[in-house]
Amino acid sequence: MSEKQTFTGNRGLQLEEALIFEIGSFENCGVDLEDVPQVESRLGDCAAQGDIDLPGLSEPEAMRHFVRLSQKNHAIDAGLYPLGSCTMKHNPRLNEKMARLPGFADIHPLQPQSTVQGALELMDSLAHWLKTLTGMPEVALSPKAGAHGELCGMMAIRAAIEAKGELAARTRVLVPESAHGTNPATAALLGFKVDGIPADASGRVDLAAFKEKLGDDVAAIMLTNPNTCGLFERDIIEIADALHEAGGYFYCDGANFNAIVGRVRPGDLGVDAMHINLHKTFSTPHGGGGPGSGPTVLSERLAPFAPLPYVEKGEDGLRLVENNGDAAHNPFGRMVAFHGQMGMYVRALSYMMSHGADGLRQVAEDAVLNANYILASLKDVMSAPFEGPCMHEALFDDGWMKDTGIDTLDFAKAMIDEGYHPMTMYFPLVVHGAMLIEPTETESKAALDLFIATMRDLVRGAKEGEVERFKNAPELAPRRRLDETLAARSPVLRWQSPEAKQAAE
Amino acid sequence: MSKKFTKDHEWISLEGDVATVGITDYAQAQLGDVVFVEVPEAGRQVAKGDDAAVVESVKAASEVYAPVSGEVVEGNDALEGNPALVNEDADDSGWFFKMKLADQGELDGLMDEAAYTAYVKELD
Repeated sequence: MSEKQTFTGNRGLQLEEALIFEIGSFENCGVDLEDVPQVESRLGDCAAQGDIDLPGLSEPEAMRHFVRLSQKNHAIDAGLYPLGSCTMKHNPRLNEKMARLPGFADIHPLQPQSTVQGALELMDSLAHWLKTLTGMPEVALSPKAGAHGELCGMMAIRAAIEAKGELAARTRVLVPESAHGTNPATAALLGFKVDGIPADASGRVDLAAFKEKLGDDVAAIMLTNPNTCGLFERDIIEIADALHEAGGYFYCDGANFNAIVGRVRPGDLGVDAMHINLHKTFSTPHGGGGPGSGPTVLSERLAPFAPLPYVEKGEDGLRLVENNGDAAHNPFGRMVAFHGQMGMYVRALSYMMSHGADGLRQVAEDAVLNANYILASLKDVMSAPFEGPCMHEALFDDGWMKDTGIDTLDFAKAMIDEGYHPMTMYFPLVVHGAMLIEPTETESKAALDLFIATMRDLVRGAKEGEVERFKNAPELAPRRRLDETLAARSPVLRWQSPEAKQAAE
Repeated sequence: MSKKFTKDHEWISLEGDVATVGITDYAQAQLGDVVFVEVPEAGRQVAKGDDAAVVESVKAASEVYAPVSGEVVEGNDALEGNPALVNEDADDSGWFFKMKLADQGELDGLMDEAAYTAYVKELD
């Protein structure tokens, strides 16, 4: 790459872009607004004390600003995005087309229900698909992301325990060490004590250690399956049975449902509650393009506590049940002001209906096939902590880098120079210097082959002592490596004008 | 007395009836650049193995466990403004908290320096 310096700082048509506060003018406004009529202010002390300094831009300036920023953003629409545990799959355009139909896009949550029967039917159909795919009798559609769904499931578990009068006694929630950090956080938020379960040598829950931890004070287990090492928990039914016998509930983290959708029904495994990331398994956009959506399915044991709102068939068509008094069961409450992420419901159901049951089964099969192709193609040069085959993601550790002078972070940064979004790093925590690669089913064999060839070349470079290629990376990105330590230790949380910044220095 | 060590990479050093607790140099090296530390307040009762403090690096957030039971008498306030101290001097000025021991006998169950060094060697 040329080191040529340009007058503007731009590199060809890769344009530098200042912050909007720096290009806009506080005095000007991009649109003509009528003068505000002079009235007596009744705001008193609440009136604005000074200018709020909103930058004024013309329409073309505003347009260019955001288009330039978007060009610096990496997205699944731009390239392979192997971020493990995140399922960055292609978001089909058909979903987008359906979500823009005026009957779905232009409705308001407070509209009379008789005027939105189609939208309610869509929610009801989505609920039917989710219950059928998971083999569970009830679903709460409203949670707005995975962690919110976890909270929903654990609140249902808490309500069930409370109904039995055991809340004071059941204080402990078991969480495997490889869990997503949101699992222990959810349990702690609800006042439970988190108790870790170690993994065995095969990367799965240590069954004996788990059974030893069971007791009258265990409220639940929060288990991810397939787990964050990309491995199927083979003892899951035995775990569920032992837990139920001890009076506990089984929360399954459904973040990795993409690996088993259409092939395994969590309800058959003894799961009591599981969230489903529509923005992973069911292809709705995320990672800057969101929002997320985390419907949570519930077992027979938890269905009586399912939260509001939900759709049911009434005398005059479908209706949304929004109040405790109208519910036939005993809802633990409600988690959102309105009805959840309607736009994501439309996209997810479009995805389900366009794939069909057989298509969804193939999604899981191809996701697992692609991950195993990567594992098999790289494990002779990189080190895999667990024996394959894997499920939907391939996990490597940093054992192979030991004498190269580079670490996982350096390797990830060098991937950016090669045009790839890095894989998930340093997670799961149980694997040293973890590199978690999830290709998803939507990558072609050609795309995987190029990725594998790139990874092999990077590994060769690392082993042959091309330290600069890694330590200096990224060299070709719009910004060089950021000082993450300084940013975390001394964060600058408010924008400072260039003059103020200069004055401070 | 000389330091004692846990398998979770805490060290504890007793002087009189007050012990100082920190994380080992090996632990700070594994964590990488420490960016945030939360230490317990004086007066808090901790049982052996309880979460007592939190240490966060650019790579991960971890709990620091109480190596033995007792009452916290002081947290190292210097770490709040300068978490880098853990990286620079984990064995000494980067200590986390001081505690009064409930049962000095609990120290006998911990590793001495030689045992800890051998333990760490096995991990690598």
